[in-house]
Parts: sequence; structure tokens; C-alpha cells
Amino acid sequence: MITVNAMGDACPIPVVKTKNAIKEMNGSGTVEIFVDNEIAVQNLVKMATQKKYGVKSEKIEEQKFRVVMTIKDADGNEAEQDKEQPSAPEQGKTAVQECVTCIPDGRRDTVVVISSRYMGDGDEQLGRILMKGFIFALTQQEELPSAILFYNSGAFLTCEESPELEDLKTLESQGVEIMTCGTCMNHYGLNDSLKVGSVTNMYAIVETMMQAGHIVKP
Amino acid sequence: MKNKIEFCRGGGCTAKLGAGILSHVLEKLPKGPADENLLIGYDSKDDAAVYKISEDTAIVQTLDFFPPMVDDPYTFGQIAATNALSDIYAMGGEVRTALNIVCFPENMDLNILGEIMRGGSEKVIEAGGILAGGHSIADSDVKYGLSVMGTVHPDRIYSNNQGRPGDRLILTKKLGAGIICTANRVQAASATAMQQAIASMTTLNKYAAEICRKYEIHACTDVTGFGFLGHLHEMMDGKHSCRIMAEKVPVFAEALDYADEFLLTAAGQKNRNFFGEYVVFENVTFAMEEVLFDPQTSGGLLIAAADREVQSLLAELRQAGLPAEEVGVITEKEDVEIRVTAGRNE
Repeated sequence: MITVNAMGDACPIPVVKTKNAIKEMNGSGTVEIFVDNEIAVQNLVKMATQKKYGVKSEKIEEQKFRVVMTIKDADGNEAEQDKEQPSAPEQGKTAVQECVTCIPDGRRDTVVVISSRYMGDGDEQLGRILMKGFIFALTQQEELPSAILFYNSGAFLTCEESPELEDLKTLESQGVEIMTCGTCMNHYGLNDSLKVGSVTNMYAIVETMMQAGHIVKP
Repeated sequence: MKNKIEFCRGGGCTAKLGAGILSHVLEKLPKGPADENLLIGYDSKDDAAVYKISEDTAIVQTLDFFPPMVDDPYTFGQIAATNALSDIYAMGGEVRTALNIVCFPENMDLNILGEIMRGGSEKVIEAGGILAGGHSIADSDVKYGLSVMGTVHPDRIYSNNQGRPGDRLILTKKLGAGIICTANRVQAASATAMQQAIASMTTLNKYAAEICRKYEIHACTDVTGFGFLGHLHEMMDGKHSCRIMAEKVPVFAEALDYADEFLLTAAGQKNRNFFGEYVVFENVTFAMEEVLFDPQTSGGLLIAAADREVQSLLAELRQAGLPAEEVGVITEKEDVEIRVTAGRNE
């Protein structure tokens, strides 16, 4: 795999660098390109679609995107290691839709708020099972939230002995910010037992919620 | 000239803010008390403000400036001025006075600034206006343009959205200048293509506007940062639809070649994102689609003219040396606002 660093480059430089990399490759293979804006991603995807290359893109963090193109050789064979690449969509309108949907932009906007260790009212044991299911299902979403806030008894979920720790660490490793209310940890005697994410305060909680495009509260 | 103009991240109208974020901000601005003499303000998404000062005179006010899209400062000055003056013509007005707007790095050779302003000044004179002053500030990058004042009879303002079903759409300059400048930036444009684009970008819309005055024109706008389709969308204004014949649209042939090489601007893609939903393409090549979304610096006039006069209008525009073409027709509102078809395979 060839890596092209086009961070900080204005269009059409990312495309020009990518074309040069593909030329150098001289046959089939995979190129990964890093760019710092969505429009550059769209212009790269547009090129890949027109050229019938396989293409995938993902948002790695704020202002960092990764585009992966798979180029077949003259006989139409893909490089061995890249069989899972999707086929190029048709040109024209489909291409535009494709390049818009391939960017998990929603991650920036959605904040999940966990205000209790139980999901829903009713039986507490059921509430715990549901919450575990919810956090797991969250890890399976294509578009991840930008942050998850834990307060009141929700604070138990990010601390020692929580059955959700593994899933939350998975989310954190994919760039989701995990924030737990410090006052709540004090109250429940959870000091020093935080196992994932960081301790936060009410200002940060309010700010995060105010700036959210959507708030999801199970 | 020794130190060349520092090239910006994207010059000319490709540097325009995207339509999406812009309307987001504009919608939230507080509106002062209404004044019936303000004939056109930014409620109408028009090119300039028009204010009536007497029964037979309205003032047309506009400003435009941007970073360089060419290396030669004199040429840049000409293009920036031609582009700024164009808004007056798009409203049907005559240029009266202009003021320079200058951003220039303190440590850069002042001769470069002199050349930029010489180019601008020449265009103001050609427009029949007076360069009456200006304002300059020290900045990290070069930017240049004009604030222009013109006049127009209040009954003879060209609105940008009063086209009628049956009107013929005319475009007076070729599209693709943005893509050619972008290709030039990565040393991929031919000298000929660049020369043609520069000649087009430094042609005042004065001549086209003067010819139009003799005909029945219902709507007029100049094609700039939002590209042909973006400005066409504004002209439809949610009231009408139109059909565009792709093969009739005047384009620089090289721009199609460079679009096929994906030498595309960010601004062009922003236009596609913002205006794409209003457009359906039928058998139109990828390159042509890109050119239709391409932001134009100092583009031509897009005119909605009464059907019966269109042939003589076209003939007169061409006689003036303009590559004008009839590109489509306005229809009653349909489910698709802009339908672009290619009659024959390219």
C-alpha cells in the first residue's frame, strides 16, 4: 500500500499527488490518501468513481480523513490483499450520493447522554441488561457519536467492575470522547476507579450538550 | 517582475465562501427598518444593491475582491476589476465611480501592487468610470478588487429572477475558466488555454449589457463563484424550471480535458454539493457536469430573453466578438428545476 499525505493541500493537489502515486505503482495495488477536509475527500472519490477504482473513505478525527483506492491491473484483477473493496458505483448522480454517504460526518454532531446505570424505568435487573445491550449496539453503528456523557448513576458504567468497560474502550479507540461527571463519582465513592475516558465537570457537560446536533438519551 | 505574486490556496471566485455556510449566516442577520427606495437588497440574492434616489435614477452599489488566480500582477488587476465591474452590468447599470480594495503584504515589492492597480485602473477607464480612491491594508496575502458605484433607470433594472416561461437563456462567455486556472496552478494547463481564459476573464460585460438594452430582457445575472448551475438556480428562484442543452453551452475545450484529469477545485465540489439536488443530467459527460459546476472568475452574463428577439440578440452579441450561445429555455415549474440534456454523444 502506498500512502499519500495530502494534509493541508488545497484541491486539486490531493488529486494530483494521488494520480502520481498510482502512476508510480504501475499496475494494481492500493493507495491510501490522507486529507484534512471533506471536499478533498469528495473530489478524490469522484476521481476514483470515474476511473472505476474501488474506493472507501473514513473520517479519522476532526480535519483528518483517510481515502483508500484499490486499483485493478489490466486484466481486472484486484491486488490480493484488497478483495473486500466495494465495486465502483455508476457515474453521475450515484457518484455524488456515494461520496456524500461514505463520510461518517454524523459523528461530529451526536452526543449520547447516559444519566443512569439502568435503561428505562421498571425492573432494575432488566434495566442493567438493556443498558449493556445499548452500549454494545452503539459500538456497531456506522456513524459513531462524538461524545458520551455519564452522570448520576451513569458514572458506574465507566468505573471499575463495570461490564460495559470493554465496549466503551472500543468506542474510545475509535475517537468517541468518554466523559464522566466528577461530582457524581465523588458522590458514589468511585474516586480513582475511572477505567475509561476522562473526568469532566458541569461546564463541559453543558457545553457538549449545547453544541450537539443531536442528543441521544437511552 | 522578480518576486511573483504569492499564490493563494485558490484564487479568483474559487475563493468564494460556499453558498451553504453563507446563507446560514445571512439568514440570522438583524434586519433594519424597511426602506421602499431600496429596490434590490440582499433579500433577493441579487448581484448588487440598488437604491432609488429620484424618479429616473437609482444607484447600483457593489463590491468584489479576491486573491490572485494568475501569476502576472497586471493581468490579475485587470481580471479582478473586470469581475467587480460586472455586477453593475448584470443589473443593467452604467459604471460611474470605483474605489480600490487592496490587501498587500508590507514586505512585498510595491511595484507588484503598482502593476495590479494599473490593470484595475485601465479596466475602470474602459468601463467609462472614474477611479476615485480606495483603501489598502497590510495582509499576509494579496487580494484586490473594487467597490463600484453605477446608476440605472429604476424602470430598467435587470433583475436576476424575473425570467418567464418561454424565455430563451443566453450565455455570453465560455465556461471552464476556473478549471483552467486550477490546472495552470499545477502546471498542467497549456499556454493557449490560459491565454483564452485570460482574454475571456478580462472582457468587460459592458458590451453584452449594452446590446441587451436594445432587447426585451426579463432577467440577467453574471456567472461567477456559484458556477453556471448555481446562478441558473438563483434565476429560477423556485418559480420556474428550465431545460439546458449541454452541447449548446459554450465551454473551453481544454477545460473539459482538465476536468477529465480531475483538476477540480474545492469550490466546484461545494457548488455540486449545494446545487446538485436541483439538477438532473441526462447523458451528460462527467467533464461537462464539472464545467457546469465550475466557479467562474469574471464569467459572462446569463440572460433570459424574450423568445421572438433571441436570434437578432444572439447575432448582435456575436458580432461584438462574444462567444454567445442560446443554451436553453425557461419552462413552467416542473418536478426537476434544471434538466441538462446532451442531444448527441460527445
